[in-house]
Amino acid sequence: MYKYDQYDQAMVDARVEEFRDQARRRLEGRLTEDQFKPLRLMNGLYLQLHAYMLRVAIPYGTLDSRQMHALADIADKYDRGYGHFTTRQNIQYNWIKLEDAADILADLAKVEMHAIQTSGNCIRNISSDHFAGAAADEVVDPRPYAELLRQWSSFHPEFSYLPRKFKIAVIASEKDRAAMRLHDIGINIVTNDVGEPGAAFYVGGGMGRTPMIAPCINSFVPLDQLVTYAEACLRVYNRHGRRDNKYKARIKILVHELGAEEYTRQVEAEFAHLLDQGVEPPLAELERIKGYFEDPLFETAADSQIDRIDPDFALWIDRNTVAHKADGYVSAVISLKPVGGIPGDATAEQMRLMADLAKDYSFDELRVMHTQNIVLPHVRKADLHALWTALDAAGLGSPNLDTVEDIIACPGLDYCSLANARSIPVAQKISERFAQTGKTATLGELKLKISGCINACGHHHAGHIGILGVDRKGVENYQLLLGGSEAEDVSLAKITGPGFDENGIVDAVETVTTVYERERADGERFLDTYRRIGMNPFKEALYG
Amino acid sequence: MRLLTGNDLKTGAVTWWTGAEWSIHIEDAADVTGGEEEIARREESARRVNVPYAVDADIHDGSPRPSHIKERVRALGPTVRPDLTLKPADPEIGNWVI
Repeated sequence: MYKYDQYDQAMVDARVEEFRDQARRRLEGRLTEDQFKPLRLMNGLYLQLHAYMLRVAIPYGTLDSRQMHALADIADKYDRGYGHFTTRQNIQYNWIKLEDAADILADLAKVEMHAIQTSGNCIRNISSDHFAGAAADEVVDPRPYAELLRQWSSFHPEFSYLPRKFKIAVIASEKDRAAMRLHDIGINIVTNDVGEPGAAFYVGGGMGRTPMIAPCINSFVPLDQLVTYAEACLRVYNRHGRRDNKYKARIKILVHELGAEEYTRQVEAEFAHLLDQGVEPPLAELERIKGYFEDPLFETAADSQIDRIDPDFALWIDRNTVAHKADGYVSAVISLKPVGGIPGDATAEQMRLMADLAKDYSFDELRVMHTQNIVLPHVRKADLHALWTALDAAGLGSPNLDTVEDIIACPGLDYCSLANARSIPVAQKISERFAQTGKTATLGELKLKISGCINACGHHHAGHIGILGVDRKGVENYQLLLGGSEAEDVSLAKITGPGFDENGIVDAVETVTTVYERERADGERFLDTYRRIGMNPFKEALYG
Repeated sequence: MRLLTGNDLKTGAVTWWTGAEWSIHIEDAADVTGGEEEIARREESARRVNVPYAVDADIHDGSPRPSHIKERVRALGPTVRPDLTLKPADPEIGNWVI
């Protein structure tokens, strides 16, 4: 994985000291909150419901055991012994003191991490496929390109005060495991007819109060023009994005209002203008970065046999491991979704265990999934039983990847000052309900996503089943949505009808799964059945 | 009644104006009806509180209880982590929030 060079380290170290001074001036009263707020946000420090919250960037979700140990140490030393992995592959701490914030950033810098640009109207953490570099189906490893874009976008003077926040995802396979088309820019590295790799650019997607699927504006940008094309996309947005209205300021609104064709025309004109301006980094820099992402030394004759005699282990194998490009290996998913647990939360002890297991069994690498789980990307099949045994003993062995128990939930009203309703208790009740009824297994792939407000951090628009918490005169109410997907078959979910209270929404989810069980054809997922039979049978079951 | 709340500048902890100082316990909160703006201005400029604002509340079992659930969650802590709330030993405290 990528290692900081002296420039990266110097930039991050300097930023820590800059923030230390800013925080000191705030505490001494030499900065007002209005003056300080944009400065702390640029360093990922929010003021949330109970305390300051620090969001730490995990570039394209990749980290090593040393970094995971550091995250655990921060949880213990400065927070309350846990952290929350987010839907953009980051981690958040909920109980941070302002007087500690600079020390935390200094601790992060020691392990090549930071919280820069995890808030504010700038280019945020670049996300990617959590199986990058391991997936059997990828064209190339997308992470060197994500890293190149990370370097380009960090402290980019022209794009530090955009009309609104800006999120980029980079993938390199037909299967979309990063919600690519629901980003401001989604980049899919593909091959052309003669086998050359290039980047398909999808621009103007997003969730939030106005969900949109990004249209493809260029199906093949040569990879040696990737940064220049991204810069052209940003420039057109920066020039014309709505700065007068926060709710219309995202690029999706610009692309929608201009029309994809006109936006593309302007991007292409800007791109032509930029091509000879020296925007693109030298090829040698990309090659240097690629060097950090070379495959680990996989055993060429790794044993592919797995002893499935233990049924619990066999179930975990079936649910939580994914095909790897190297024979004898798999990617193993560590579920952070125990039944009745808080999606995405991990204690410091669990983080340390995952770090140690990554060191022992996965070439020292971990990935954060946008679905709030953790991946050990390169595990020998022969090591799976030992890995599972250690995970299971620590409460990390839930065999529920992509099932109804594998729920995405934003922090909601339990932690977030923007939220209108609690998300986590609903997730807990749903996972408990399905675990009790034993239906989890029979329902198969069912992606359920819960947001506590219209900002959609819980991706409810993209859930096969989505839940949106709203405020009805001071009382929590939950809308049910069906038919969304953030994968390669991307679609936006539709609201079923009137909302439900906290217990009613759990019943409603069970009701729609009953309709699915009744109506499904062989091999159909919930989403497939919904798409075939439409909303009406579900509405009828819900509302009569 | 109106309560004045904000966060401690150094720690970020939720605090409530008692009439004389800031407390993390909502039971200590005083009615500030009519005086909230002046108190907020004075206390914020002295950096004894960060981003103060007033909320509606009523009296419940002899103590102030904010009208909106968001402020009740703020006052107590996350409902999903009773161990991290201000009253971890009270099994009924969730009823006060919800």
